[in-house]
Amino acid sequence: MTQAALGEKTSSADAVTAQKPGFNRNYLPFAYPALAITAAVIVFPWLFTIYMSFYDWKIGQAREFVGFANFTKLATDARFIESIGHTLYFTALAVILPVIFGTIAALLFNERFPLRGLFRAIFILPMMATPVAVALVWTMMFHPQLGVLNYLLSLVGIPPQLWVYSPATVIPSLVAVEVWHWTPLVMLIVLGGLASVPVEPYESAKIDGASAWQMFRHITLPLIMPFILVAIVIRMIDALKAFDTIFVITSGGPGTASETINIYLYLQAFSFYNIGYASAVTIVFFILIIVLTLVLLYLRQKAKWT
Amino acid sequence: MRKGAPLGARLKRAASNIGFGFAVFVIVSPAILVMLWMLSLSLKNEVDNLAFPPVFIPNPPTLANFLDVFEKNSFDLYFMNSLIVSGVSTLVAILVGVPAGYGIAKAQAHKIAVLTLIARITPGLSYLIPLYILFQWIGLTGTVWPIVITHLVLTVPIFIYVMIGFFESQPPDLEEAALIDGCTLWQAFRYVALPLARPGIVVGAILSIIFSWNNFIFGAVLGGRTTRTLPVAVFNMLTFEQLAWGPLAAAALLVTAPVLILTLFIQKEIVGGLTAGGVKGG
Repeated sequence: MTQAALGEKTSSADAVTAQKPGFNRNYLPFAYPALAITAAVIVFPWLFTIYMSFYDWKIGQAREFVGFANFTKLATDARFIESIGHTLYFTALAVILPVIFGTIAALLFNERFPLRGLFRAIFILPMMATPVAVALVWTMMFHPQLGVLNYLLSLVGIPPQLWVYSPATVIPSLVAVEVWHWTPLVMLIVLGGLASVPVEPYESAKIDGASAWQMFRHITLPLIMPFILVAIVIRMIDALKAFDTIFVITSGGPGTASETINIYLYLQAFSFYNIGYASAVTIVFFILIIVLTLVLLYLRQKAKWT
Repeated sequence: MRKGAPLGARLKRAASNIGFGFAVFVIVSPAILVMLWMLSLSLKNEVDNLAFPPVFIPNPPTLANFLDVFEKNSFDLYFMNSLIVSGVSTLVAILVGVPAGYGIAKAQAHKIAVLTLIARITPGLSYLIPLYILFQWIGLTGTVWPIVITHLVLTVPIFIYVMIGFFESQPPDLEEAALIDGCTLWQAFRYVALPLARPGIVVGAILSIIFSWNNFIFGAVLGGRTTRTLPVAVFNMLTFEQLAWGPLAAAALLVTAPVLILTLFIQKEIVGGLTAGGVKGG
């Protein structure tokens, strides 16, 4: 009893001495329960997905080992390849636009003005709103005959649009919802960057007679660039994975015009029940996300070096 | 000259203030307009909702749409389902997440933190296929538990992430004093760090509840007729009642209103950068 207590005491004394220089493994047991849950609901699915991808596996039927057949089939699956194109098109727009608008919004909210807190709170509401509820309202707004968007366009003399009901405009329309939803997240990240910008460079620039644009271009922008890059990475990951709004508003339609990889994955898994094939889609999708993320991070490093 | 300059400057200043105000107005108006349009649709009768040009101000406003939602759907059941799912999955996240956040922050085990990052990158659907098979094998389908368990994928990483940030920002002096006085690591955590951690726990819990409440995909795949969550129930209404805009908007508003109210509570923390790392579910 006393020995155990003594042992505990010495180990905690060790902990105190070992605490200062960083890593201390005595604290790791605190994370064990969380790691157990993580292993069960996150790591296990990853491993099981890899296993399933080597099988011809339909829910409710016998499974058969097929090696890499699912992956070779994917390479020639026209619908899958088309969905990659839709995903990249959607992602490009859904990254660029929120980053531009979010940066502008951050510059505005970085100034002091009356009721700033209230306006900022309103501005971030879309980001926290339930995506399905928002998608529902947008579906009604997009309605070609009765929707409020076509009415607003008619006020300024623009002919009615088909929005999500035409293959040509469906992806830009869905991007509009995504921009509405996620510009606040970009704003918050860039605003965090602006908070760390020092005032001195501006004072000397003002003395030298620099214009507001010059100060933004040559002082602010370089200083907040790392934060904008973080926003771009996060936005890109989220845009590649976008599901809720696309699924609720179009389910990939009209036809397959807005079918992204994630929607195709859903259909393969839970409409056609091709579990093995869907697992292969998952793996290719995951690799695509990782590769694009690494490319962005590499560009960021390169930008730092030059 | 000396008199004119301040006046000119004042005019210029006023003009730039007006321009600035206008810019702020433009940038917040999409958020306000969509929310107000949802409110307007939910308070109008069916004739006004399907009128073109649209009717903007409900006249007279009616609560019939909200009554309709509760009458035609088991909305109270779905509300309870959502409450159980968000509540239990957040409770589990708190139980394992507070010590985990503490341990990871103190041990500076950044490799474990990377794991939560990879979890953040992985598409939600890729957890769903294997877990769906697993739930079939162990016979959990038809209950609300598969949804609760899959929501841990959202709540645990978010909560740990918030707690790591919180504990890293706390000064270690008090716990060090406790350790020198002979406390075990667990006692220092339980009696010193934990009581001080309440603000972090509240913020983490609210974020975790919000992301769980908002989640659609897990409930859509795993939820049955009696076990579906609110977002799934609302989506189902859309497929069955294409043009019943009033009830649809009322349902959408009922689902998202609790979340918006919670958001206003922790608005400061969200802006303050707890989400700067990009906390977002799915």
